[in-house]
Amino acid sequence: MRRSLGIFLALLIAAALLPVLPVTAAPGQFAGVTVNVLTFTGPQIAEPLQRRGPAFGRLTGAKINVVTVPFSDLYQKILTDMATGTNSFHVFVFAPQWMADYVTPGYLEDLTPRVNADTALQWNDIGTFFRDFSATYGGRIYTIPLDGDFQMVYYRTDVLQRQGLQPPRTWEDYLRIAAATHKKDLNGDGRADFGSCIAKKRNAQSYWMVWSVAGNFLQAKGTSEGSFFDVDSMKPLVNNDAFAEALRIYVETGKYGPPDELNWDVGDSRGGFTSGRCALTLDWGDIGTLAIDPKTSKVKNKVGAVIIPGTRRVLDRKTGKLVACSSSTCPHAVGGINHSPFAAFGGWSGGINKAAPAKVKEAAYAFLSYMSQPAQANADVTIGITGFNPYRVSQFRNTALWVKAGMSQAAARNYLGAIEASLRSPNMVLDLRIPQNQRYEQVVLDTAIAKLLAKEINIQQAMKEIFDGWEAITNELGRDKQLAAYRATLGVKR
Amino acid sequence: MLKVRARSGAGPVGPVPLLRVGGAGTWMERQARSLFLMPAVAMLVALSIFPLCVSLYLSLTRLQFVPGGFRLPFVGLANYRKLIFGIERVHFLGVLAALSPLFWLLFAVVATGLLVFVIRSLRAPESGARGLAGRVFFAAVAGLLVWLLLRALTPGGRPGSLFVTLIYVIVGIAVQYWLGLALAFLASQDLAGRRFFRVVFLLPMMITPVGIAYTFRILFDLGKGPFAPLWQALGLAEVSWVNFPWGARAAVMIGDIWQWTPFMFIVLLAALESLPAELLEAAQVDGASRWQMFWKVMWPQILPVSSTVILIRLIEAFKIIDLPNVLTNGGPGTATESLTLHAFMAWRTLDIGGSAAVAYMLMFLVTFSATAYISFVHRRVAEAA
Repeated sequence: MRRSLGIFLALLIAAALLPVLPVTAAPGQFAGVTVNVLTFTGPQIAEPLQRRGPAFGRLTGAKINVVTVPFSDLYQKILTDMATGTNSFHVFVFAPQWMADYVTPGYLEDLTPRVNADTALQWNDIGTFFRDFSATYGGRIYTIPLDGDFQMVYYRTDVLQRQGLQPPRTWEDYLRIAAATHKKDLNGDGRADFGSCIAKKRNAQSYWMVWSVAGNFLQAKGTSEGSFFDVDSMKPLVNNDAFAEALRIYVETGKYGPPDELNWDVGDSRGGFTSGRCALTLDWGDIGTLAIDPKTSKVKNKVGAVIIPGTRRVLDRKTGKLVACSSSTCPHAVGGINHSPFAAFGGWSGGINKAAPAKVKEAAYAFLSYMSQPAQANADVTIGITGFNPYRVSQFRNTALWVKAGMSQAAARNYLGAIEASLRSPNMVLDLRIPQNQRYEQVVLDTAIAKLLAKEINIQQAMKEIFDGWEAITNELGRDKQLAAYRATLGVKR
Repeated sequence: MLKVRARSGAGPVGPVPLLRVGGAGTWMERQARSLFLMPAVAMLVALSIFPLCVSLYLSLTRLQFVPGGFRLPFVGLANYRKLIFGIERVHFLGVLAALSPLFWLLFAVVATGLLVFVIRSLRAPESGARGLAGRVFFAAVAGLLVWLLLRALTPGGRPGSLFVTLIYVIVGIAVQYWLGLALAFLASQDLAGRRFFRVVFLLPMMITPVGIAYTFRILFDLGKGPFAPLWQALGLAEVSWVNFPWGARAAVMIGDIWQWTPFMFIVLLAALESLPAELLEAAQVDGASRWQMFWKVMWPQILPVSSTVILIRLIEAFKIIDLPNVLTNGGPGTATESLTLHAFMAWRTLDIGGSAAVAYMLMFLVTFSATAYISFVHRRVAEAA
C-alpha cells in the first residue's frame, strides 16, 4: 500500500512537472548549449526572458543569453544579423508584423512540426487571433506568441466618478473628459495634473497611438476592409477628411497632456498614469497589471479600461468625405458608434534563426515553448514589468489568476472584458503586415506625425507627406506584390 | 641590390665593390622614395579614398534584401533627387515659403554683395580665368543657399536638416569665438585666480559629448531638473522647450557652445600670451587705452590664429550629431536634426543609399564652406599678417 502510494505520488509529481518542460526537452538535454536571444531594451519583455532563462537552464542545462537593443534598432538588427550571415543570435523576440521580411527570404525556422508535436505548449489554448496573426505566415507557424496586444483606453474610475463623467465611448467624449479633468489635482499631491497622457515620442510608439484614433474613422465594414490602404488600388487611405479628423483629435489630446508629452514614450505615460498624474491614457494591456503593482502604483483598483473609443462618422471611400454612421455605412456599430479596436503590434513573439546549429535550435524552441506554456505564461501576464498581456483563453477565463495578482474581482472583469471586446470585434483593425511595413510605419508615418506634433508641418502637409512616402515605397517594392500581401493579411481567419 | 663580381685570372687583387654606386644607387634611391611613401599612400587609399568611393557608389544604389542576403541595385541619382525634389525634400531642405518683403530686402542685399564680389574679380586681371570661374561658382552656390535659407526662415517656412546644420555652425562658431576670446583676454590679464579659471574653463572640452547632452537634458527639464523649484516659482514648470523647435535648437546650440568655447579659449589664450611684450609696452607708452590696446594692437595680431581656429571648428562643427541625438533625439519632429544625424537616422532604418547621399551632400557643403573660407578669408588674413 505504502509502495503504491509512493508510486502514485511520484507519478503525481511527474505529472505536475510535465507542463513546465516541453515534450522535446529532458533534464540536462541541452547541457553546454548556449542560446543567444535578441529583443528590445526592457525592462518589459526582456525581464521575463532574463528571469526565466536561469530556471530553464536548471531544467535543461541550456544557457540563455538575452541581448537587448533599443526598440527603434530591433528590426534592422534582426534583419542584418540574418541577411549578412552573421547569425550571432539564435532566437528573436520581436513584433510579429515584421515577420514578412524575415520569412520571405527564408531566415526563420518553420516551427510547424515542432508545435504540432508539442502538447505541453497547449497551442489551442492560445487565442485564435494570435495563432493566426502573430504566429502564422503563409499557413506555416514561424513564431511562438508570448504576448497579446490590443490598445485600449484607461481611465481613472475615482476621478470620473467625482466629476460625474462616464467612460469615453467616442473620441469626442475622450477630449471632453480630458478637458474636464486637466489641471486638476488627481493624486492629492497639491499639483495640477493632466487630463490625457499619450506616448508621443518620435522613434517610439506614437505611430500606433495615432492609428488607434484613425482606425475608427477609416474602417467600418469589418476587418477585411482594411484601414491602411484601398484593397483594390493599394492607394494609402491617408489623404481624406477622415484621416484629417483623426489627426486633429490626436493633436488636440496634447492640449490636455503634460508639457513634455512629445518626449514621452510608453514608459513615461505608464509611469504618469500609475503615479496618479493622468485621468486618461491610451495603451496596450500593460496598464492593467502595472496599476496593481504595490511598489509603484498609486491607482490600485481605481483604473477602468474600455475598448478604443469610436466615432459617429466614418470615411466614405468614394468621396473621401466623412459620412454619418448608418446601418449601411457602419454595419458593426453599437448604438450608432463605430468601434475599430486596433490590434497594434500583435504581441511579442519568438522566432528561431534557421541558420542556428540544430542542437541550438532544439534548445531555442524548448525555451520559447517553456516561456509560453501556461505554467509560466499565466503568471507572467499578471506581472506588470513583464510587458506580457493576456493571449491564452485560460488567461481570460480564469479571473482567479488576476485576483491572486492583486486585482479586485471587478477590476479583473473590467480589464479582461475590455480586451475580449476588442478581440471579439468583427471590425478589428489589423496592424500592417506587408513586406517592409517597418518603413511605412516606423519611418514615414512616425516622422510625419512627429513633425505634425511639433508644429513643423500642418495636418494637410502631414497627410501629403505620409501619402507620398507610402506611395514611393509601394512603387519601389512593386504595387501588385504589396497589394497581394496586403489582401492576404486581411484575409487572415479569425 | 647586392652584387658580387666573380673575378678570375691573376688580375690585381683589391677590394671587391659590393655595390655598384653609379646607376644602381640612383635607381635604389628612386625606389626607396616610393617604398617609404607606399605605407602612407596605402593607408590613405584604404582608409580614405576607398571608403569615399564606396560611399559614393552606395549613394547611387538602394539596399534590397533578397533570399540569402542582400543586393545593391544601381538607381542613378534617385537618392539625391529624393533629397532635393522628392519625399525627403521637407526633411532635407525644409518647408520653403514665399519670401516676405523683409526677406526679399535681405536677399537683395546679399545678392548685390555677391554681384559686386564677382564684378570686382572681373576688374582684377591677376585672378585669371580660373579664379573668376571659382568666384562665379562661389557666388552662385552661396546665393542659392542664402535664397533657400531665407525661404526656410521666412514666416510659414521651416528649415530642414541642411539649414539647421548651417545655423548650428554659424551661430555656434560666432558665439564660441567671441566668448572664447573674451575669456582668453580675461585669463591673460593679471587677475586673482586666473590659473584656477584657466583649468575650469577647459573642463567642458574634456567631457564626452554624450555626457554633456545628458547634463543639458536634465538642466533643460523645467518640471524635474535641478532648477525645477525656480521654474515653478516663475510659473514656467508646465512649459517645455521640447515643444518649440527654436527652443530645442537653442538648447542644442547652448550645449555645443558650452562644450567648444574652451577650444577657442585655449588657442586664443596661447596666441594672446605669445604677443611680444615690446609691442604692448610701446602701445602703452603711446597712451593707448585698454580698449584701444585690444582692438588696435592685440586683436589684429592674433587674427591669423583666430582664422585658423575658426577654420578647424568650421570643419568640425558641420559634423555635430551627439548633442541633438541624445538631447532631443532630433526632435521635436525633425527640428533639431543636423545633417549627420539625418544620415544616421536614414542609415539606422536601412536606407543606406539615402544615408550616403546625405553624407555626400554634407561633404560638398563642408568642402565648399572650407574652401571658400580659405580662399576669401583665411588666405587674406594670413597674407595681411
